[in-house]
Amino acid sequence: MRLRRCRCCLLCKHNEPYKERQNAEIIAIALDLEADITTADFTGSTKAVTTALISAANSIAVGEAKRVLVCAADCRIGRPGSYLEMVSGDAAAAVVVGKEKLASIDGYHCVSYDFADIWRIDKDDFARSWEDRWIRDEGYTKFIAEAISKLLEKKKIDASEIAKVAYPCLYPREHPKIALSLGFSQERIQDPLIVTLGNTGNAHPLLMLAAALERVKKGSKIIVASYGNGSDAVLFTARENFPFSKSIGVSKKMSYRKYLAFRELLPVEKGMRGEDIAPTPVSVLWRNRREILALVGSKCRKCGTPQYPSQRVCVACRSQDLEPYRFADRRGRIFSLTEDYLAFSINPPAIYGIIDFEGGGRYWFDITDCELGELKVGMPVRMSFRRKDFDPRRRVYNYFWKAVPEVEG
Amino acid sequence: MIRDRVAIIGMGCTKFGERWDAGFEDLALEAFNEALDDAGIEAKDIQAAWLATCFDEVMSGKSGLPLANALKLPFIPITRVENFCASGSEALRGAVYAVASGACDVALAIGVEKLKDTGYGGLPEFGTVMGTRNRLIFPNLTAPGAFAMLATRYFSKYGLSSEKGREILARIPVKSHRNGAMNPKAHLRREITVEDVLNAPIIAWPLGLYDCCGVSDGAAAAIVVRAEDAKKYREDPIYIKAMQISASPGEELLYRWDGVHIETTLRAAERAYKEAGIENPRKEIDLLELHDCFSITELVTYEDLKISPRGEAWKDVENGFFELDGEIPCRTDGGLKCFGHQLVHPV
Repeated sequence: MRLRRCRCCLLCKHNEPYKERQNAEIIAIALDLEADITTADFTGSTKAVTTALISAANSIAVGEAKRVLVCAADCRIGRPGSYLEMVSGDAAAAVVVGKEKLASIDGYHCVSYDFADIWRIDKDDFARSWEDRWIRDEGYTKFIAEAISKLLEKKKIDASEIAKVAYPCLYPREHPKIALSLGFSQERIQDPLIVTLGNTGNAHPLLMLAAALERVKKGSKIIVASYGNGSDAVLFTARENFPFSKSIGVSKKMSYRKYLAFRELLPVEKGMRGEDIAPTPVSVLWRNRREILALVGSKCRKCGTPQYPSQRVCVACRSQDLEPYRFADRRGRIFSLTEDYLAFSINPPAIYGIIDFEGGGRYWFDITDCELGELKVGMPVRMSFRRKDFDPRRRVYNYFWKAVPEVEG
Repeated sequence: MIRDRVAIIGMGCTKFGERWDAGFEDLALEAFNEALDDAGIEAKDIQAAWLATCFDEVMSGKSGLPLANALKLPFIPITRVENFCASGSEALRGAVYAVASGACDVALAIGVEKLKDTGYGGLPEFGTVMGTRNRLIFPNLTAPGAFAMLATRYFSKYGLSSEKGREILARIPVKSHRNGAMNPKAHLRREITVEDVLNAPIIAWPLGLYDCCGVSDGAAAAIVVRAEDAKKYREDPIYIKAMQISASPGEELLYRWDGVHIETTLRAAERAYKEAGIENPRKEIDLLELHDCFSITELVTYEDLKISPRGEAWKDVENGFFELDGEIPCRTDGGLKCFGHQLVHPV
C-alpha cells in the first residue's frame, strides 16, 4: 500500500512526549506523508485509541477520507513500587482504516463517564489512583459490560454469534467474568495478553484485535472494547483470512535498570562528554525535515545514483539534477561496524556502523535491538524510526532512523 | 609545483603530553622560541604567520588574534587555518606558498592545540563541531569508533579473524612505544608488549586502548624561506620536495569505497610522489612519518602511501619492515601514538 496517500494520521498516547507540538505530525513526517492531511493526537484516556478508530471509520463512511492511519503508542509509567508499574507495558500498534478490507468495522457503542479511577494533572510525572475494589466494582466491570451489551443490542446480535471478544485485563479474576456474564463462552474470550505484555494502555485494544484476527476465520465477528473513563466497544467482521501469524512482536529482554535509565527515572552517570551534546537548532530540523525524519535523500536524475543525505551535486556524475529518494523502506546490509565505549550513549557501548542500502546509497547509523558481539559485516538490516536523543537544554526530543538487524530467510 | 622552492630553516616543538601546567600561550611561546633559536633569527624577522588550531578555538578563541596576542607579533598578517588532523600541514602550506610567491621572505607556520581542558578523555565531543544538521543524523560517533570501522572492514575483507587482526595491529603500537620511549619530548615513554595491547580495555571494538593514540597538548613551529635564501641562515636547511593535500567530497560514505583504505591519503600521496619525482616509494623512501592516530590507520596508510602492496601491509608489519632497524623505519619519534596527537602536529 502506498502510505503517502494516507489522508489522516491519528495518534493515541497517554504519556505523549510533547504536550505542545503535535505528536501525530512526527509520525506523519516519519512516514513521509503529504502535507494535505488531517492529523490529530487523541490523548487523556486509555480509550482514546477506540475513539480515534471510530472517528477514522466515520470520516471514511461520510467520504471525507479514503485512508486513515491510526497509530497507538503508550509508555505508561507507574511510580516505582506502584501497582501501575507492575502491570504496565510499553507498546505500539497501528492500523490503516480504509476501503480495502481485512476486517470491516460494523458498529460501535461508546459509554463515557468522568470516572476518576486514575488521574494525573499537568504538573505530575506519575498518575494517582483510587482504591482498586472501587475501580473494579464501580468502573471496570460495569463500563465494559455496558458498552458490549449495548452494542449487541444495537446490532441485534447474540453473544453466541461473536467469535472473539477482547478487552483489557485490569484484574485477572474479574476479567473473564465480564464476558461470561454477558453470555460469551470462555473459549471466545480473547487472551488479554496481560502475562506477556502487561497492560499497554492505548496500544492494547489494537494488539488484542490483531491477536483475535490471527485466531478467527474469514467471516467471523469480533468485539474489541477499550477501558478508560468509560468504554468503547467496536464490532468487527474478518473479511479475509488474516495474512499475519505473528503480528505482535515482543522486544528483546533488557534489564529493568536500563529501562529506568531510558525513561529517565534513574539518573545515570552521563559523564561530561554526555553534557556536551550541542543544542538543537529547530529551524535546521524544519529545513531538513524530510531528510532527517523521513530519511529522504536524493537520487541523480542523470545517472540514477541514490545518495544519503541529500546532495546538491551528484557524487557520482556531478550533475545538479537530483530528485528526492526515500531510504526508510529499503533493506540494507552492514558494511562495517563498531561497538564504541568512548562515545556518549544512554545505552553504552554505542553500536553503530555503515549501512549499504539495497539499490544503492550508504550512510552510517546507530544499530539497535541487538546484542554485543552478534553483528557481522554483511548482515541484513532494516531501518526503524527511533528517538535519537534528548536535548536537555532546548528540551527537544530528537528522532532519527536506526538500523535493526534482521534474521535472514 | 613547490618542489625545491622553499626550505625550512628552523623548527621548534614543545614537550607533548598532558600539559596541565600550560595553556595555549605557554605552548605557542615554547615552540616559537625553540624555532627562532634553531633558525638563528629574532621574532621581528617573521613577516607573516599561519596558525593552525582545530578544536582549540573553544579554549583560545577563533582567528589569528590568539597567536598575535600570545607572541606579541607586531601587527603582521596572521591567518588561522583549520583542516582537522591536517591542520598543521595546512599552516605550513600557507607559509610555504607565501614565501614561494614572494609575498614575504620569512614566514612562520605554527600549530598549537590545548586539548586537555575538556574534562574528559578523547577528543572533544564531535557533536559540537560537525555541523548542526550532521548532529541530527550522525551516530554519536568518536574518532576511535570511526576508525574502528576501518579495522572491522579490513579484517573482513582480507579474511583475518578478529584475534589474528588484533594481533597484527598490536605490533604497531608496540613499535611506536619502543621509539617513543627514547624521545625526551614524547608524551608516552614506556615500552609495551603485544600482550599488553591485546589485554587492554576495548575503546571501540576491535580497537583497544593501545590501538589509540593519546590526546596531547603541544605545539610545533617551522620557519620557512625561499630555497635560494636558505643557506644565508644555515648550512643544513630542509628543502620541501612536495606538498600535497586532498579533501574528500564525501564519496566514501555516500556510495563508493572499499572501506579498507583512506582515499585522501592515496590521492595526496600520488600527487606528492609525482611532484617529488618518486617512482617506487618502497625503494626510494628512507624514513616514514605518517598519520598513526590508530593502529589501523597506520596499517592502511602503509598501503595508501604505496609502501606496502594493497592488502599486504599486515605482512610487512609481521616481518618488521617498519621497525627502527627495518627497511623503512616508521614514526621514529614515537608517532601520534606516543609522541602525542594534538591534531595540528605540523611537521
